[in-house]
Amino acid sequence: MDFTLDDVQAAVQATARAYAREKLLPTAAARDRAERFAVEETRGLAALGLQAVAVPAELGGAGAGSVAYAVAIMELAAADCAVTVGTGVTNMVGEVIARYGTEEQRRRCCPRLASGEWLAGAFGLSEPQAGSDPAALRTRAELREGRWILNGEKQWITSGDVAGVTVVWARTDPGAGARGISAFLVEQGTPGFTVGKHEAKMGQRASSTVPLVFEDCAVPQSALLGTRGDGLKIALSALDGGRIGIGAQAVGVMTAALEASSRYARDRQAFGKPLAGHQAIQFMLADMQTERDAARLLVLRAAALKDAGRPYGREAAMAKLFASEAAQRAVLKAVQIHGGYGYTAEFPVERLLRDARVQTIYEGTSEVQRLVIARDLLKA
Amino acid sequence: MNIDLTEEQRQVRDLCREFADQELKPNARKWDETHHYPAEQVKKLAEMGLMSVAVPSEWGGGGMDSVSYALAMEEISRGCAGTGVIMSVNNSLYCDPVLKFGTDQQKAEWLKPFASGEKLGCFALTEPMSGSDAAEMRTLATKKDGGYVLSGAKNFITNGPQADAVLIFAMTDRPKGHKGITAFLVPATAKGFVRGKPDDKVGIRASGTCSLFFEDVFVPEKDRLGKEGEGFKVAMATLDGGRIGIAAQALGIARAAFEEARAYAKERKAFGQPIANFQAIQFMLADMATEIDAARLLIWRAAALKDQGVRFSSEAAMAKLYASEMAERVTSKAIQVHGGYGYTKDFDVERHWRDSRITEIYEGTSEIQRVVIAANLLKE
Repeated sequence: MDFTLDDVQAAVQATARAYAREKLLPTAAARDRAERFAVEETRGLAALGLQAVAVPAELGGAGAGSVAYAVAIMELAAADCAVTVGTGVTNMVGEVIARYGTEEQRRRCCPRLASGEWLAGAFGLSEPQAGSDPAALRTRAELREGRWILNGEKQWITSGDVAGVTVVWARTDPGAGARGISAFLVEQGTPGFTVGKHEAKMGQRASSTVPLVFEDCAVPQSALLGTRGDGLKIALSALDGGRIGIGAQAVGVMTAALEASSRYARDRQAFGKPLAGHQAIQFMLADMQTERDAARLLVLRAAALKDAGRPYGREAAMAKLFASEAAQRAVLKAVQIHGGYGYTAEFPVERLLRDARVQTIYEGTSEVQRLVIARDLLKA
Repeated sequence: MNIDLTEEQRQVRDLCREFADQELKPNARKWDETHHYPAEQVKKLAEMGLMSVAVPSEWGGGGMDSVSYALAMEEISRGCAGTGVIMSVNNSLYCDPVLKFGTDQQKAEWLKPFASGEKLGCFALTEPMSGSDAAEMRTLATKKDGGYVLSGAKNFITNGPQADAVLIFAMTDRPKGHKGITAFLVPATAKGFVRGKPDDKVGIRASGTCSLFFEDVFVPEKDRLGKEGEGFKVAMATLDGGRIGIAAQALGIARAAFEEARAYAKERKAFGQPIANFQAIQFMLADMATEIDAARLLIWRAAALKDQGVRFSSEAAMAKLYASEMAERVTSKAIQVHGGYGYTKDFDVERHWRDSRITEIYEGTSEIQRVVIAANLLKE
């Protein structure tokens, strides 16, 4: 039993922390206001290996594993969640291609995602009418003259406009239900693949979120990722890993909220002493730290299991559920501690409040996490 | 990052689980009803080395680590929370401080027979008018004839009715406040030592709790534990470790309640199907399991730090705060899952709820834990 990081994990954490504090934090608020995708910063992350932390080194990744990935995301998210979510999805796409891709797919995509040649990877699962229930998706892929023809729409696709490659889930065997879904790798610029209007989001505004449209979009048979009909399985296994990422992101937000709040509580005076001298404030801080630490341990446990090649679906769901819900409580407390100032853009906590809100929704809502956990608990 | 138990730790856990299933669980309801002290089972715990898990074997202890202690406390408390606290007090609050602060001569007399389980110890800090605020204590130790004369009253002393010796804290220099407190070891046979009548408690009724009165009890200088004025330090260092034990007790109580709720949900039918099929019940179970895991990780982290010899005050406080409040929520949900039956003594969940309630109070209330956590985090 040892919760300390090993040398590689600690080095990745230190690298991510330094970059986050020097390059992301000072510009995060401006990017948020302008809804500007962080092109240069993303390239910087790639140069440090942070776009493909757990992707094997022979494919251009850092090969540092999931615990390293989780601690890197925690550090980045403490500075800028919007940049972090793009990085998180890119990591997830790199990993899913490394795991399920053919040698040709891996050699083509993973190094480009890792190096930043492709600014991002995207994960095209959700649709306007199919979110928590991906088996209900309607995008179709038909095999015609040796090519797959894709038709349909995707919704809420993070980095969909800047991604070099998007994993697109489509129905290949309409009669086969959940077993009739397959995954495809669709590169930017493929004819028939267009990107819709940017969503105007309340938080994580510097991340790009767009709908995707496929109109007779033809891809070669070699674009099929994994086995035909295995799409949903691939999606769910990728999401298990993705949940570690979102859990880690929520931990990062909690750390930012805690640090901003303890700083403010020490500086701000009320009733003749610093806010930090009042138990009402002390207790909020104590609860924030306790829940942040619990969330962090749940995330690290899931990541350690993943690194060990052991089942971790339930643990990842618990980590994501707990961390994202705890993050809501933490950011609300942070704004409360800041009083009126917390409600203004002068302090970072209002951005944290908005950024955290989506964490209980994307990559599986809290409700879906509870379903995953309960199903596992009630098995047998 | 290593979240695996060692072979030895697994063995302790399994041994305790089996013992709890066979000897504690079937009797716990009856003991609760009759306020029965399980002397026979405590003797067996001693034979297994569990009355002093982390005391080295040369002093008659189990010779295991703190993680093993936490595992044992969880399993024993899952069977009977009253038995858990009997064990916890002898381990954390009596043997640990004598081991840490005692001379070899004192250890021979005051540790060995207590570690082996031949005798039982207790810890007397709290007084009628001084609980969370130890510096307010009124019990006095006045220097006289190569020793001290103790006079005063102690309150809420777990194991008080059965204890063979008391680790007691008294003021040797009252104007100095907490720096005037000194620790002493007093045998129950001492002249002037009187036990009050056992308290009638809401929960943990298999354990005995009473007031202790010291009517001019003479204590020779050799039985002073640590230096004069060092008592507060002894008490605080002891309570850090004790909090791991109580956190693990709360965890065990919560786990018992969760397991019973899950089993009940699978059996009980409503609206034509097992209630486990309803999301309302599934989600409660998912939240219970998630919070149980979060608490366990916080406990293991604190215990692992203790084993590494690293400062763990804040981590132990977080573990105790979170685990105890978690246990109250989880046991309450377990009653909810059981419906009306959960409110009766035909099921164990009402007892678990009553048992959980004290874990938020003793060995530092939730409020004290928050004070400890906040003080540490604001120091950084």
